[in-house]
Amino acid sequence: MAITLARTAATKPTRDAYGEAIVEVARDNPRVVALTGDLRDSNRLEAFAAEYPDRFFECGIAEQNMVGVAAGLATCGKIPFVSSFAAFSPGRCYDQIRVLVAQTGLNVKLVSTHGGLTVGEDGMSAQAVEELAMMRSLARMTVIVPADAVETAQVIRAVAEHVGPVYVRLGRVGVPVLFDDSYRFSIGKAPVLRDGSDVTLAACGIMVAEALEAARLLEAEGISARVLNVSTLKPLDVTAILAAARETGAIVTAEEHTIYGGLGGAVCEMVAAHHPVGVERVGVQDRFGESGPPRPLMEAYGLTAGEIAAAARRAVSRKRAP
Amino acid sequence: MNREVDLGALRSRAHAFRKTILKIITRAGSGHPGGSLSVIDLLTALYFHQLRHDPRNPAWPDRDRVALSKGHACPAWYVVLAECGYFDPAHLWTMRRMGSILQGHPDMARTPGVEISTGSLGLGFSAAIGMALAGKRDGRPYRVYAVLGDGECQEGSVWEGAMFAAHYGLDNLTAIVDRNGIQQTGRTEERIRLDPLADKWRAFNWDVQEIDGHEMGAIISALDRAAAAAGRPHAIVARTIKGKGVSFLEGVAGYHGKALTEDELARALAELDRGPRG
Repeated sequence: MAITLARTAATKPTRDAYGEAIVEVARDNPRVVALTGDLRDSNRLEAFAAEYPDRFFECGIAEQNMVGVAAGLATCGKIPFVSSFAAFSPGRCYDQIRVLVAQTGLNVKLVSTHGGLTVGEDGMSAQAVEELAMMRSLARMTVIVPADAVETAQVIRAVAEHVGPVYVRLGRVGVPVLFDDSYRFSIGKAPVLRDGSDVTLAACGIMVAEALEAARLLEAEGISARVLNVSTLKPLDVTAILAAARETGAIVTAEEHTIYGGLGGAVCEMVAAHHPVGVERVGVQDRFGESGPPRPLMEAYGLTAGEIAAAARRAVSRKRAP
Repeated sequence: MNREVDLGALRSRAHAFRKTILKIITRAGSGHPGGSLSVIDLLTALYFHQLRHDPRNPAWPDRDRVALSKGHACPAWYVVLAECGYFDPAHLWTMRRMGSILQGHPDMARTPGVEISTGSLGLGFSAAIGMALAGKRDGRPYRVYAVLGDGECQEGSVWEGAMFAAHYGLDNLTAIVDRNGIQQTGRTEERIRLDPLADKWRAFNWDVQEIDGHEMGAIISALDRAAAAAGRPHAIVARTIKGKGVSFLEGVAGYHGKALTEDELARALAELDRGPRG
């Protein structure tokens, strides 16, 4: 299964793709409604609010009640898309998500924008670097981090059709458009974007573009790297991860998130249980963020192609060690 | 509403429910008797006077909906739901056991008639608001009732919801606050003061009634009035007595979350068998 990668240098924020996609999805499905906590602009829900005023619910700065209202709407057959910043949802409403959404299995879609460090200048209180771990730990919760705008549009359509709770993490800033219209997202599948035999680079979100660049750097050194787009953190694609472990013998994970409990944690748990190989985790190293422009922050926190390549060299040399 | 109301029959039902509540909690060996006895008159009036529902068709789209936001009082709810016919009353004796359809706190996936899972305080209220909002947007005639504890009103999300429901003019929503004055470890006013509680709901632009939550006639009138008045959500602040009906439980914080022993149960049932007090 070959994935065609886009050949342009275009960038687009994944939240922009959300704003467009949810209008489309709502056109096809009258049960889709949207909620936000005074972030209709940042969450890119203004077009939805204009087109479907009766299906748009401003909840004010009150995330706990917002999630509870969404659960109540879901009991009446609605498909609520609940949006906030990733720092606030799940941060401000975790118990509502846990009891009213995850434990009930209600059909609520939690789509948060402004995930990760690249929120930028707003600094650490606004930079969610741990919420994927929070959401992954909930039984019944599906957790998705799309890599670009094309994938995001498909994710929004897929989660509207999927019955059950989902968390989707989107970003604030433009990220490279990696895919063209031939790309096909499906929940729980981690496609191989580039094949390789020496090491696997398993990435999600904005780190997928970095992983592809890292694979190019490694190729120049004679290291053949496979790149997986692990956009679904939960349920993790067992087949793709274990194939990577068996066939390449070393894995590097890359995420805009703490190295604990997110993609790195998920991959470690799986390979430790089923096919132990060395795993190097690229991510936020047990710290919080700080104010700064997105790119310098990524460099300062080691979220770059260069760091992924360095981790891959370590992983490959571990493989060769006695 | 000019329905013929047999207050005596409602009182008798509630009286019988008190006995069953205490028995099933003692059988379970744990549970929350105090708040179950304070809320039972309210639930009895709600289910046997007010509610438009069909226990044989719990998914009827136009049914009225109830959320027990003070989920720990579920023994009272379970007894009422069983009597309505949502499930075989034999299940009551399995409450809190492994595999039971009657969990320690309400679980919508297991118990017919439970509209939303609750337990953490404040959650059921917000979910009830979502149900009321859906009813409004879909033009459905149903009403939604959220039953809250007074201690529960210390949760900030309750006031988030109060603002939201008033903003959206959800007059199909009634919040019933069981104002028994006692929370787990003592008097509400000594833990974090709630008074003036009714004024708080008024300040949030709710239509507010204050009643005696053990006086069946007052409960019926308040429910009828709430169902008839348009424009704003309704709050019924019902003054109640924790542990109501059993002398040694009344007003005692220690029985918030503790089952009666077999001896205590025998004494309580003997008191209740002498009929409703005063």
